Amino acid sequence: MGFMSSPNPEPRLTSAKIVVAGGFGVGKTTLVGAVSEIPPVNTEAWMTQTSKTVDPLSEDTGKVTTTVAMDFGRVTLADDLVLYLFGTPGQARFWPMWDDLCRGASGAVVLVDTHRLDASFAAVNYFENDSDVPFIVAVNLFDGEQTHDLADVREALQLSPHIPLVTCDARTRGAAVETLTTSLNHTMRQTANGHDVPAVR
Amino acid sequence: MTVNPWVRPYVLTGGRTRTRHPLFVHTLVSVPQYDPGYAAQLPPEARRLYERANTAVQSVAELSAHCGVSLGVTRVLLGDMAARDRMVVNPGGYESPYDPRLLKRVIDGLYELA
Ligand SMILES: Nc1nc2c(ncn2[C@@H]2O[C@H](COP(=O)(O)OP(=O)(O)OP(=O)(O)O)[C@@H](O)[C@H]2O)c(=O)[nH]1
Ligand SMILES: [Mg+2]
Repeated sequence: MGFMSSPNPEPRLTSAKIVVAGGFGVGKTTLVGAVSEIPPVNTEAWMTQTSKTVDPLSEDTGKVTTTVAMDFGRVTLADDLVLYLFGTPGQARFWPMWDDLCRGASGAVVLVDTHRLDASFAAVNYFENDSDVPFIVAVNLFDGEQTHDLADVREALQLSPHIPLVTCDARTRGAAVETLTTSLNHTMRQTANGHDVPAVR
Repeated sequence: MTVNPWVRPYVLTGGRTRTRHPLFVHTLVSVPQYDPGYAAQLPPEARRLYERANTAVQSVAELSAHCGVSLGVTRVLLGDMAARDRMVVNPGGYESPYDPRLLKRVIDGLYELA
Protein backbone atom coordinates (compact mmCIF):
# COMPACT_ATOMS: atom_id res chain seq x y z
CA MET A 1 0.00 0.00 0.00
CA GLY A 2 1.01 3.65 -0.34
CA PHE A 3 2.35 5.97 2.35
CA MET A 4 5.70 4.14 2.47
CA SER A 5 7.54 7.43 2.56
CA SER A 6 5.84 8.64 5.70
CA PRO A 7 8.14 8.42 8.72
CA ASN A 8 5.35 7.78 11.23
CA PRO A 9 3.59 4.45 11.16
CA GLU A 10 0.27 4.57 9.43
CA PRO A 11 -2.51 4.51 12.03
CA ARG A 12 -4.33 1.20 12.08
CA LEU A 13 -7.37 2.47 13.88
CA THR A 14 -10.54 1.22 12.21
CA SER A 15 -13.91 2.92 12.34
CA ALA A 16 -17.38 1.55 11.82
CA LYS A 17 -20.68 3.36 11.55
CA ILE A 18 -24.31 2.74 12.40
CA VAL A 19 -27.01 5.15 11.26
CA VAL A 20 -29.97 5.99 13.48
CA ALA A 21 -32.88 7.23 11.40
CA GLY A 22 -36.54 8.07 11.88
CA GLY A 23 -38.91 11.02 11.88
CA PHE A 24 -38.87 14.16 13.97
CA GLY A 25 -38.54 13.67 17.70
CA VAL A 26 -38.62 9.87 17.74
CA GLY A 27 -35.57 9.69 20.00
CA LYS A 28 -32.63 9.47 17.59
CA THR A 29 -30.40 11.85 19.52
CA THR A 30 -31.46 10.21 22.78
CA LEU A 31 -30.39 6.78 21.52
CA VAL A 32 -27.08 8.07 20.22
CA GLY A 33 -26.48 9.82 23.54
CA ALA A 34 -27.28 6.69 25.56
CA VAL A 35 -24.34 4.85 24.01
CA SER A 36 -21.90 7.58 23.07
CA GLU A 37 -18.86 8.37 25.20
CA ILE A 38 -19.17 12.01 24.21
CA PRO A 39 -22.36 14.08 24.27
CA PRO A 40 -23.86 13.88 20.79
CA VAL A 41 -22.06 16.41 18.65
CA ASN A 42 -24.48 18.65 16.92
CA THR A 43 -23.06 20.15 13.82
CA GLU A 44 -24.30 22.13 10.94
CA ALA A 45 -23.52 20.51 7.66
CA TRP A 46 -23.95 22.04 4.31
CA MET A 47 -26.08 20.20 1.86
CA THR A 48 -25.54 21.13 -1.72
CA GLN A 49 -27.82 20.08 -4.52
CA THR A 50 -25.04 18.69 -6.65
CA SER A 51 -21.70 17.60 -5.36
CA LYS A 52 -20.10 17.25 -8.78
CA THR A 53 -19.77 20.85 -9.81
CA VAL A 54 -20.37 22.98 -6.77
CA ASP A 55 -17.54 24.91 -5.29
CA PRO A 56 -18.51 24.76 -1.64
CA LEU A 57 -16.46 27.81 -0.81
CA SER A 58 -18.14 29.97 -3.36
CA GLU A 59 -21.55 31.52 -3.10
CA ASP A 60 -21.76 32.78 -6.61
CA THR A 61 -22.33 29.42 -8.26
CA GLY A 62 -26.08 29.88 -7.98
CA LYS A 63 -26.50 26.49 -6.36
CA VAL A 64 -28.89 25.91 -3.52
CA THR A 65 -27.29 25.25 -0.19
CA THR A 66 -29.24 24.31 2.89
CA THR A 67 -27.98 24.05 6.40
CA VAL A 68 -28.85 20.78 8.10
CA ALA A 69 -28.24 19.85 11.67
CA MET A 70 -26.88 16.38 12.16
CA ASP A 71 -25.56 14.79 15.25
CA PHE A 72 -23.28 11.94 16.00
CA GLY A 73 -21.69 10.09 18.85
CA ARG A 74 -18.56 8.05 19.27
CA VAL A 75 -17.80 4.85 21.16
CA THR A 76 -14.28 3.51 21.54
CA LEU A 77 -14.67 -0.26 21.48
CA ALA A 78 -10.99 -1.21 21.55
CA ASP A 79 -7.57 0.37 21.10
CA ASP A 80 -7.96 -0.01 17.38
CA LEU A 81 -11.72 0.20 16.90
CA VAL A 82 -14.12 3.15 17.07
CA LEU A 83 -17.84 3.05 16.40
CA TYR A 84 -19.61 6.18 15.19
CA LEU A 85 -23.35 6.62 15.51
CA PHE A 86 -24.99 9.08 13.18
CA GLY A 87 -28.49 10.43 13.67
CA THR A 88 -30.09 11.44 10.41
CA PRO A 89 -31.77 14.81 10.11
CA GLY A 90 -35.48 14.18 10.72
CA GLN A 91 -36.92 15.61 7.56
CA ALA A 92 -37.18 13.55 4.40
CA ARG A 93 -36.26 16.50 2.24
CA PHE A 94 -32.73 16.01 3.44
CA TRP A 95 -32.40 12.68 1.72
CA PRO A 96 -29.27 13.65 -0.18
CA MET A 97 -27.76 14.09 3.25
CA TRP A 98 -29.00 10.64 4.23
CA ASP A 99 -27.20 9.12 1.27
CA ASP A 100 -24.05 10.72 2.49
CA LEU A 101 -24.50 9.60 6.08
CA CYS A 102 -25.41 6.05 5.09
CA ARG A 103 -22.52 5.41 2.72
CA GLY A 104 -20.20 2.89 4.32
CA ALA A 105 -22.55 2.16 7.24
CA SER A 106 -22.60 -1.33 8.73
CA GLY A 107 -26.27 -1.09 9.63
CA ALA A 108 -29.18 1.23 10.25
CA VAL A 109 -31.86 1.52 12.90
CA VAL A 110 -35.16 3.21 12.05
CA LEU A 111 -36.73 4.45 15.27
CA VAL A 112 -40.49 4.79 15.46
CA ASP A 113 -42.87 6.30 17.96
CA THR A 114 -46.07 4.27 17.96
CA HIS A 115 -48.13 7.39 18.62
CA ARG A 116 -46.83 8.94 15.45
CA LEU A 117 -45.94 6.02 13.23
CA ASP A 118 -46.34 8.17 10.15
CA ALA A 119 -43.40 10.31 11.25
CA SER A 120 -41.12 7.43 10.34
CA PHE A 121 -42.79 6.29 7.11
CA ALA A 122 -40.29 8.24 5.04
CA ALA A 123 -37.35 6.64 6.81
CA VAL A 124 -38.71 3.12 6.27
CA ASN A 125 -39.34 3.94 2.63
CA TYR A 126 -35.85 5.24 2.27
CA PHE A 127 -34.16 2.12 3.59
CA GLU A 128 -36.49 -0.20 1.78
CA ASN A 129 -36.13 1.47 -1.62
CA ASP A 130 -33.21 3.84 -1.78
CA SER A 131 -30.46 2.38 0.34
CA ASP A 132 -28.48 -0.84 0.37
CA VAL A 133 -27.68 -0.60 4.07
CA PRO A 134 -29.44 -3.40 5.97
CA PHE A 135 -31.88 -1.92 8.50
CA ILE A 136 -34.04 -2.87 11.42
CA VAL A 137 -36.97 -1.02 12.98
CA ALA A 138 -37.06 -0.22 16.69
CA VAL A 139 -40.11 1.03 18.57
CA ASN A 140 -39.03 3.64 21.10
CA LEU A 141 -41.00 3.00 24.28
CA PHE A 142 -41.40 6.58 25.37
CA ASP A 143 -43.38 5.78 28.50
CA GLY A 144 -41.65 2.47 29.09
CA GLU A 145 -44.76 0.57 28.16
CA GLN A 146 -45.58 -1.15 24.96
CA THR A 147 -48.90 0.27 23.89
CA HIS A 148 -49.17 -1.39 20.52
CA ASP A 149 -48.84 -4.96 19.45
CA LEU A 150 -45.68 -5.35 17.38
CA ALA A 151 -47.62 -7.32 14.79
CA ASP A 152 -49.86 -4.28 14.31
CA VAL A 153 -46.85 -2.02 13.99
CA ARG A 154 -45.36 -4.35 11.41
CA GLU A 155 -48.62 -4.34 9.53
CA ALA A 156 -48.97 -0.55 9.66
CA LEU A 157 -45.41 -0.07 8.44
CA GLN A 158 -45.82 -2.77 5.79
CA LEU A 159 -42.52 -4.24 6.88
CA SER A 160 -41.18 -7.26 5.03
CA PRO A 161 -41.10 -10.31 7.28
CA HIS A 162 -37.31 -10.50 7.20
CA ILE A 163 -36.84 -7.04 8.73
CA PRO A 164 -36.39 -7.33 12.51
CA LEU A 165 -38.82 -5.26 14.58
CA VAL A 166 -37.84 -4.71 18.20
CA THR A 167 -38.71 -2.45 21.11
CA CYS A 168 -36.27 -0.33 23.03
CA ASP A 169 -35.99 2.42 25.58
CA ALA A 170 -33.76 4.89 23.82
CA ARG A 171 -32.74 6.44 27.11
CA THR A 172 -31.03 3.40 28.58
CA ARG A 173 -27.66 2.20 27.47
CA GLY A 174 -28.50 -1.48 27.77
CA ALA A 175 -31.52 -1.20 25.52
CA ALA A 176 -29.69 1.00 23.05
CA VAL A 177 -26.82 -1.49 22.87
CA GLU A 178 -29.26 -4.33 22.35
CA THR A 179 -30.86 -2.44 19.47
CA LEU A 180 -27.51 -1.72 17.84
CA THR A 181 -26.35 -5.32 18.12
CA THR A 182 -29.65 -6.53 16.69
CA SER A 183 -28.97 -4.27 13.73
CA LEU A 184 -25.46 -5.66 13.21
CA ASN A 185 -26.61 -9.25 13.59
CA HIS A 186 -29.21 -8.55 10.94
CA THR A 187 -26.52 -7.16 8.65
CA MET A 188 -24.48 -10.27 9.25
CA ARG A 189 -27.39 -12.51 8.23
CA GLN A 190 -28.30 -10.36 5.25
CA THR A 191 -24.82 -10.26 3.85
CA ALA A 192 -23.55 -13.69 4.83
CA ASN A 193 -25.38 -15.76 2.24
CA GLY A 194 -24.06 -13.72 -0.62
CA HIS A 195 -27.38 -12.17 -1.55
CA ASP A 196 -27.67 -8.43 -1.38
CA VAL A 197 -24.04 -7.56 -0.87
CA PRO A 198 -23.81 -4.08 -2.26
CA ALA A 199 -20.52 -2.61 -3.30
CA VAL A 200 -19.51 0.30 -1.14
CA ARG A 201 -18.88 3.59 -2.84
CA MET B 1 -17.38 34.63 0.42
CA THR B 2 -15.07 34.95 -2.53
CA VAL B 3 -13.71 31.97 -4.37
CA ASN B 4 -10.75 30.47 -2.61
CA PRO B 5 -8.02 30.04 -5.23
CA TRP B 6 -6.42 27.36 -3.14
CA VAL B 7 -9.17 24.81 -3.83
CA ARG B 8 -9.99 25.98 -7.32
CA PRO B 9 -7.99 23.42 -9.34
CA TYR B 10 -9.83 20.54 -7.75
CA VAL B 11 -13.17 22.19 -8.26
CA LEU B 12 -12.35 22.64 -11.92
CA THR B 13 -11.38 19.03 -12.32
CA GLY B 14 -14.77 17.89 -11.12
CA GLY B 15 -15.04 18.81 -7.51
CA ARG B 16 -13.73 15.55 -6.15
CA THR B 17 -10.18 15.28 -5.14
CA ARG B 18 -8.76 11.89 -5.95
CA THR B 19 -7.76 10.19 -2.76
CA ARG B 20 -6.78 6.62 -2.27
CA HIS B 21 -9.75 6.01 -0.03
CA PRO B 22 -13.22 7.51 0.06
CA LEU B 23 -13.86 10.19 2.65
CA PHE B 24 -16.97 8.99 4.45
CA VAL B 25 -18.21 10.98 7.42
CA HIS B 26 -16.74 8.33 9.72
CA THR B 27 -13.45 7.92 7.84
CA LEU B 28 -10.47 8.48 10.10
CA VAL B 29 -7.71 10.83 9.09
CA SER B 30 -4.43 11.90 10.64
CA VAL B 31 -1.37 14.02 10.00
CA PRO B 32 1.60 11.79 9.18
CA GLN B 33 4.27 14.37 9.85
CA TYR B 34 3.37 17.78 11.23
CA ASP B 35 4.96 20.66 9.34
CA PRO B 36 4.63 24.08 11.02
CA GLY B 37 5.73 25.86 7.87
CA TYR B 38 3.02 24.17 5.86
CA ALA B 39 0.46 24.95 8.57
CA ALA B 40 1.43 28.62 8.59
CA GLN B 41 0.65 29.18 4.94
CA LEU B 42 -2.72 27.42 4.97
CA PRO B 43 -5.96 29.37 4.73
CA PRO B 44 -7.73 29.57 8.13
CA GLU B 45 -10.21 26.72 7.65
CA ALA B 46 -7.65 24.30 6.26
CA ARG B 47 -5.28 25.30 9.01
CA ARG B 48 -7.80 24.59 11.75
CA LEU B 49 -8.41 21.14 10.25
CA TYR B 50 -4.71 20.42 9.90
CA GLU B 51 -3.92 21.48 13.46
CA ARG B 52 -6.83 19.56 14.91
CA ALA B 53 -6.08 16.40 12.93
CA ASN B 54 -2.56 16.56 14.31
CA THR B 55 -3.84 16.21 17.89
CA ALA B 56 -5.40 12.77 17.38
CA VAL B 57 -6.64 10.39 14.73
CA GLN B 58 -10.27 11.34 14.22
CA SER B 59 -13.15 11.21 11.80
CA VAL B 60 -14.06 13.62 9.04
CA ALA B 61 -17.27 14.46 10.94
CA GLU B 62 -15.41 15.24 14.16
CA LEU B 63 -12.98 17.49 12.36
CA SER B 64 -15.85 19.27 10.64
CA ALA B 65 -17.77 19.75 13.89
CA HIS B 66 -14.87 20.81 16.06
CA CYS B 67 -13.32 23.15 13.53
CA GLY B 68 -16.63 24.73 12.60
CA VAL B 69 -16.07 23.90 8.95
CA SER B 70 -19.06 22.49 7.08
CA LEU B 71 -18.88 18.88 6.04
CA GLY B 72 -18.63 19.60 2.32
CA VAL B 73 -15.80 22.06 2.69
CA THR B 74 -14.06 19.77 5.17
CA ARG B 75 -14.10 16.97 2.61
CA VAL B 76 -12.64 19.13 -0.11
CA LEU B 77 -9.90 20.50 2.11
CA LEU B 78 -8.97 17.13 3.64
CA GLY B 79 -9.01 15.53 0.21
CA ASP B 80 -6.65 18.17 -1.06
CA MET B 81 -4.27 17.74 1.85
CA ALA B 82 -4.42 13.96 1.42
CA ALA B 83 -3.60 14.28 -2.27
CA ARG B 84 -0.49 16.21 -1.23
CA ASP B 85 0.37 13.58 1.39
CA ARG B 86 -0.10 16.12 4.17
CA MET B 87 -2.94 14.07 5.58
CA VAL B 88 -3.33 10.32 5.72
CA VAL B 89 -6.74 8.88 5.02
CA ASN B 90 -6.91 5.80 7.19
CA PRO B 91 -7.80 2.81 5.08
CA GLY B 92 -9.13 0.92 8.09
CA GLY B 93 -8.60 -2.76 8.54
CA TYR B 94 -11.53 -4.07 6.52
CA GLU B 95 -12.56 -3.96 2.89
CA SER B 96 -16.26 -3.77 3.60
CA PRO B 97 -18.49 -2.42 6.39
CA TYR B 98 -20.21 -5.82 6.19
CA ASP B 99 -17.05 -7.84 6.84
CA PRO B 100 -18.25 -10.41 9.39
CA ARG B 101 -15.04 -10.05 11.39
CA LEU B 102 -15.68 -6.32 11.76
CA LEU B 103 -19.35 -6.86 12.61
CA LYS B 104 -18.45 -9.44 15.22
CA ARG B 105 -15.87 -7.19 16.82
CA VAL B 106 -18.31 -4.30 17.04
CA ILE B 107 -21.05 -6.53 18.48
CA ASP B 108 -18.68 -7.96 21.09
CA GLY B 109 -17.38 -4.49 21.92
CA LEU B 110 -20.91 -3.17 22.38
CA TYR B 111 -21.84 -6.03 24.68
CA GLU B 112 -18.87 -5.24 26.84
CA LEU B 113 -20.20 -1.73 27.24
CA ALA B 114 -23.68 -2.74 28.28
N1 LIG C 1 -40.05 9.72 28.23
C1 LIG C 1 -39.23 9.50 27.21
N2 LIG C 1 -38.81 10.57 26.52
C2 LIG C 1 -37.98 10.35 25.48
C3 LIG C 1 -37.52 9.07 25.11
N3 LIG C 1 -36.72 9.17 24.03
C4 LIG C 1 -36.69 10.47 23.74
N4 LIG C 1 -37.44 11.20 24.61
C5 LIG C 1 -37.68 12.64 24.58
O1 LIG C 1 -38.30 12.94 23.34
C6 LIG C 1 -37.78 14.15 22.80
C7 LIG C 1 -37.19 13.92 21.43
O2 LIG C 1 -36.06 13.05 21.55
P1 LIG C 1 -34.77 13.25 20.62
O3 LIG C 1 -33.82 12.21 21.02
O4 LIG C 1 -34.30 14.66 20.64
O5 LIG C 1 -35.43 12.91 19.23
P2 LIG C 1 -34.77 13.08 17.78
O6 LIG C 1 -35.28 11.95 16.97
O7 LIG C 1 -33.32 13.25 17.88
O8 LIG C 1 -35.45 14.44 17.32
P3 LIG C 1 -35.07 15.34 16.04
O9 LIG C 1 -33.60 15.29 15.90
O10 LIG C 1 -35.61 16.68 16.37
O11 LIG C 1 -35.80 14.72 14.88
C8 LIG C 1 -36.78 14.67 23.81
O12 LIG C 1 -37.40 15.62 24.66
C9 LIG C 1 -36.40 13.42 24.59
O13 LIG C 1 -35.99 13.75 25.90
C10 LIG C 1 -37.98 7.95 25.88
O14 LIG C 1 -37.64 6.80 25.63
N5 LIG C 1 -38.82 8.23 26.91
MG1 LIG D 1 -32.08 14.79 17.12
